[in-house]
Amino acid sequence: MNPTSPSSAATPMPADWRDLIALTKPRVMSLVIFTGLCGLLAAPQTIHPVLGFTAILCIAMGAGGAAALNQWWEADLDAGMKRTAKRPLPQGRLDRTTARDFAGVLCAASVFLMGFAISWLAAAILAISIVYYAVVYTIWLKPRTPQNIVIGGGAGAFPPLIGWIAATGQITPMPVVLFAIIFFWTPPHFWALALFVKTDYAKVGIPMMPVVAGERATRRQILAYAVLLLPLSALPWWLPGDEHAGAIYGVSALALSSIFLVLSIRVGLRERSGEDDAMKPEKRLFAYSVLYLFALFAALVVDRYIPL
Amino acid sequence: MSEPKDQQTFEQIRRSRNRVLALSLAGFVILVFFISIAKMG
Repeated sequence: MNPTSPSSAATPMPADWRDLIALTKPRVMSLVIFTGLCGLLAAPQTIHPVLGFTAILCIAMGAGGAAALNQWWEADLDAGMKRTAKRPLPQGRLDRTTARDFAGVLCAASVFLMGFAISWLAAAILAISIVYYAVVYTIWLKPRTPQNIVIGGGAGAFPPLIGWIAATGQITPMPVVLFAIIFFWTPPHFWALALFVKTDYAKVGIPMMPVVAGERATRRQILAYAVLLLPLSALPWWLPGDEHAGAIYGVSALALSSIFLVLSIRVGLRERSGEDDAMKPEKRLFAYSVLYLFALFAALVVDRYIPL
Repeated sequence: MSEPKDQQTFEQIRRSRNRVLALSLAGFVILVFFISIAKMG
């Protein structure tokens, strides 16, 4: 039964908890949790395990709340796109008020718990990251500019910074570099996806780079960001002071980023052969980009505990 | 909401949601307890 149908208007179906979980975009959240955890574990100071768990829980709740706010705001757009049409709100399995309230409670609880248990600096950065994603990216940038993902990508770059601050209580060059790595990783990751779901974005009027600037310009920009990412990913190895990463991270970063660059060259220098093009290089780059970030941050943690 | 099958689904969803909510609240209380212990230590 559809909860929004007239027959059920008097006593609508209650929201299923699985739909509430789906609102938090669990797959995206896994990367957020992982990078936040790596930021926390790679920091030079250790944190009590209970407080560490709480910090990661707060990062997850904040990311989930921001994702739910995004889905609440974009429910109509999601209904028009094949990739997102089966989400709980466009399908009518959840009403918008419940989604908004759930998102609001998650966001507020995450910030207050972080402030109470860890530090108010970490809580402030978490609050900024939520506002950045839900307001600056979702409401302001995404429907207005093809650079939406470049500037908005900053929202996903906060977790390692928050994890690091939770452990150390301060902002130093290393977590800023980790922020920059995710910031510069986001455009090629997202544009690789946008290249093979271009028609979806065009249909609902979202000015994604391939829709506005065309495929060729997008491919060149993917390549440019991949070139930038190579030295940037190795920067933690060369940082001055005590907090720099060691050889395990450095070699891993160079190897992983070189593969990223090769896959980006394949995407950057080719053209779509026709409407029936399977877009395999783009799909391969998108899949690898997820693996890349997991592996890069895992290498950072391994390096911290097994110094050479 | 008059059909018995709908009523059954309604009850089922509400029951499972209440269970998840109760578990979350219990988890929150336990977490706050351990946070307090950790911060005092």
